[in-house]
Amino acid sequence: MTKQAGDLTVVGVSKSFGGVAALTDVSITVKQGEVHSLVGENGAGKSTLGKIISGLLLPDSGQIQISGESVSFRSPREALAHGIVTIAQELAIVPGLTVAENVLLGDEPKKVGFIKRKKLRKDFAALAKRVGFEFEPDTVAGSLSVAEQQKIEILRALSRNASIIIMDEPTAALSRQEAEALHKVICDLSKAGTTVILVSHFLSEVLELSDTISVLRDGHLVKTMPAAQSNQEELIELMLGRSLGAIYPTKIFPHYTAPTVLFVNNLCAGGVSNAWLSVRAGEILGVAGLVGSGRSELARAIFKDSKIHSGSIEINGVRITGKNPLAALQRGISLLPESRKELGLLLERSIKENITLSSLDRWSKFGIISRRRENQVVAKILEKVLVKSAGVRQKVSHLSGGNQQKVLLARTLMSSPRVLIVDEPTRGVDVGSKRAIYDLLTELAADGLAIIAISSDLEEVLGIAHRVIVIRGGKIVSELSGRAMTEHAVLEAAFTGTK
Amino acid sequence: MSTDTAKSWNRYLPPALRSWRDAGIILPFAILFVTLSITSQPFLRKTNLLNILDQQSAILIIAAAGALILVSGAIDLSVGATYALAGCVSAQYAIKHSVLSAVIVGLALGLLVGIVNGIIVAIFKINSLIATLAMSFVIGGLGAKITKGNLIMLTEKPEYGKIAQSTWLGVSSSIWLMVGVIVVLGFLLTRTTTGRYMIASGGNAQAARLAGIRVSLIRIIAFGISGMAAALAGIIDASRVLSASAQLGGTLAFTVLAGIVVGGTSIAGGQGSVWRTVFGVLFIALIGNGFDLLGIDPLYHQIALGLILLVAVGLDAWGNNKRR
Ligand SMILES: Nc1ncnc2c1ncn2[C@@H]1O[C@H](COP(=O)(O)OP(=O)(O)OP(=O)(O)O)[C@@H](O)[C@H]1O
Ligand SMILES: [Mg+2]
Repeated sequence: MTKQAGDLTVVGVSKSFGGVAALTDVSITVKQGEVHSLVGENGAGKSTLGKIISGLLLPDSGQIQISGESVSFRSPREALAHGIVTIAQELAIVPGLTVAENVLLGDEPKKVGFIKRKKLRKDFAALAKRVGFEFEPDTVAGSLSVAEQQKIEILRALSRNASIIIMDEPTAALSRQEAEALHKVICDLSKAGTTVILVSHFLSEVLELSDTISVLRDGHLVKTMPAAQSNQEELIELMLGRSLGAIYPTKIFPHYTAPTVLFVNNLCAGGVSNAWLSVRAGEILGVAGLVGSGRSELARAIFKDSKIHSGSIEINGVRITGKNPLAALQRGISLLPESRKELGLLLERSIKENITLSSLDRWSKFGIISRRRENQVVAKILEKVLVKSAGVRQKVSHLSGGNQQKVLLARTLMSSPRVLIVDEPTRGVDVGSKRAIYDLLTELAADGLAIIAISSDLEEVLGIAHRVIVIRGGKIVSELSGRAMTEHAVLEAAFTGTK
Repeated sequence: MSTDTAKSWNRYLPPALRSWRDAGIILPFAILFVTLSITSQPFLRKTNLLNILDQQSAILIIAAAGALILVSGAIDLSVGATYALAGCVSAQYAIKHSVLSAVIVGLALGLLVGIVNGIIVAIFKINSLIATLAMSFVIGGLGAKITKGNLIMLTEKPEYGKIAQSTWLGVSSSIWLMVGVIVVLGFLLTRTTTGRYMIASGGNAQAARLAGIRVSLIRIIAFGISGMAAALAGIIDASRVLSASAQLGGTLAFTVLAGIVVGGTSIAGGQGSVWRTVFGVLFIALIGNGFDLLGIDPLYHQIALGLILLVAVGLDAWGNNKRR
């Protein structure tokens, strides 16, 4: 890989998709060795800009310059030759290959066409050590969690010795520790002269790491400024065009007579042991824990998506007997899965079809879908969950990441659940929409829904939940409420398993 | 990530044609149709056109059902064998019983075969390509055993011919049956929950399951429909020629598959349509008809078919890649 140092300049770039403008006349200069962040609402055009810089998309007009020289990439490979590497928002690992093979994919140490396995593992070990990620090189990538797959992508980019690395929401799926490890990596990279273009919805992260911040709104560049001269409120205002007030809505606690809706009785399932928990109507139960601690496994077990070894799940005192998600859905449990692409969406289908998928029976008679009712209910839910799109018939794969997440959230609400489990509800969602989702959850709870909210963002859990349980190694190690619900207490339980 | 770089030339096309998957087959079909109308005098005659439809009715019925199978993420290679077996059994049964009961027996047999296919694929999780290939040997063997390798003649029972050979409004009943099946299956795919669930199961089975869809049941339904369609096709063809043989249908599965794919239904599952399948099948049929009418060496017909199929599959793969 040739290392081409120099500033990267985007000059008057515009891009539209089928008449919808994603970027309009955007000009940005990214200095060599700086960390330059792109922030903006969902659908503002951040990923599109990243894709244009890395050769995945061609701009309709405008150009990219490196050290003042105009370049044109027709493919990611050509961008790579100029030292530009992307870590995409949507992961791209090969599930059947091992971690090491994935990291060095396309760049394997070879001898007359044969891969030198020993060398491959050694190269991998050296790289992982340099970055400080702990990885078993022979694990099959498909068996890893989203967070770990994300780390594979980061390692892959680093292994290319890139001079410009574009990271599109790299920490969205990482735990706090992992995110911190990545922050250190980013700092080290920038110190060593590598340019990092960072897209993130975590404004604190952006402010802490960046040298320069560019704000996009509706495809226009609003402002580029040194990070040191900015703050969270200003960024939010520039992004949204309005101020937001508090990040979290005021909590509305359930009435003390509110009945228990969900009762999980000594549940043992894959990755979960002896879980007892209950959620009352109107209550938001937060679930905290490290990535891989069994939070999502607990959610899946309650949703009957994994084999239950013992114990039971009761809704309003009646045990759920069925053995699949359908049974859980029919009894009023709804799940927003953690990985929207793998577990949630039909990417090639329309927004409308995705939203009504799990509640289609209710909008049809004798198995025939009533188009009128389907359109009506979709329009109605989209008033609540705002999705930026070109219309309800747009393919979901053409939506920005955050908007895809909202489509999925809309689906889970369509089945009018009594218990809603949300696993990373705001992954990839912008600050403004985050607040909208929090408002929505709070509102739903106030209407009597029992909610379980799982999140790696501890602030988020503490910000919206009435009560928090902490999971470690598949066990509920602590339950905190009221004043005991502090960051410190949660972290201590998550790390040591003691209160 | 979508590599839209390859798509930029699309800008120069009229909007309706930008997404080839939507317009896809219509344009080449129209071009071919017009060309044939101009170059060949007999082509546009009503008898020729009705003849094509009559000959294609069996294939169209199987292909319409096959589109559902592909959409739901599977493939059915056993339709040829089912077609032959159902034709034979129904014909054999008709010799001693009423025509109606013979039709019902044939359809029930097809349904049974389809459900067995579906159970093997959906419950025992055996790859549908292999499962239905194996099943086609089993069914073919059964057919040979039942008929002892003989042709079943229905000359004694001309009523059986009424199934496909009656005419109504100047159009034969085989065509009416075919149109009926296509309308029903098209409606099923686009307007019913079952159709939507097929699309979901084929597009992302995991997500479908989590959305509360009984993916296995949906697959079994798709295979059941496919089996029944193959049986109906077998009965229609037996009725058209008043005979049936277990030897028929050898390449039928591939002809059908070619039609579906040329029509633009994705082999990767999750999307496709019945009416485009109809155009795909008819496109291939028109090429055959054109070669006949224009008196071109049939050898080129085969080559042309192969090339068309490659182009269709190539476009599908290209479309899939573009989506990444
Ligand atoms: N392939 C595509 N076809 C059609 N429209 C697209 C396509 N890709 C992106 N868009 C549209 O372009 C706009 C910008 O999308 P982009 O992915 O750049 O947003 P983003 O700023 O990265 O948002 P997020 O924070 O949600 O990831 C969106 O309105 C999106 O719907
Ligand atoms: Mg994005």
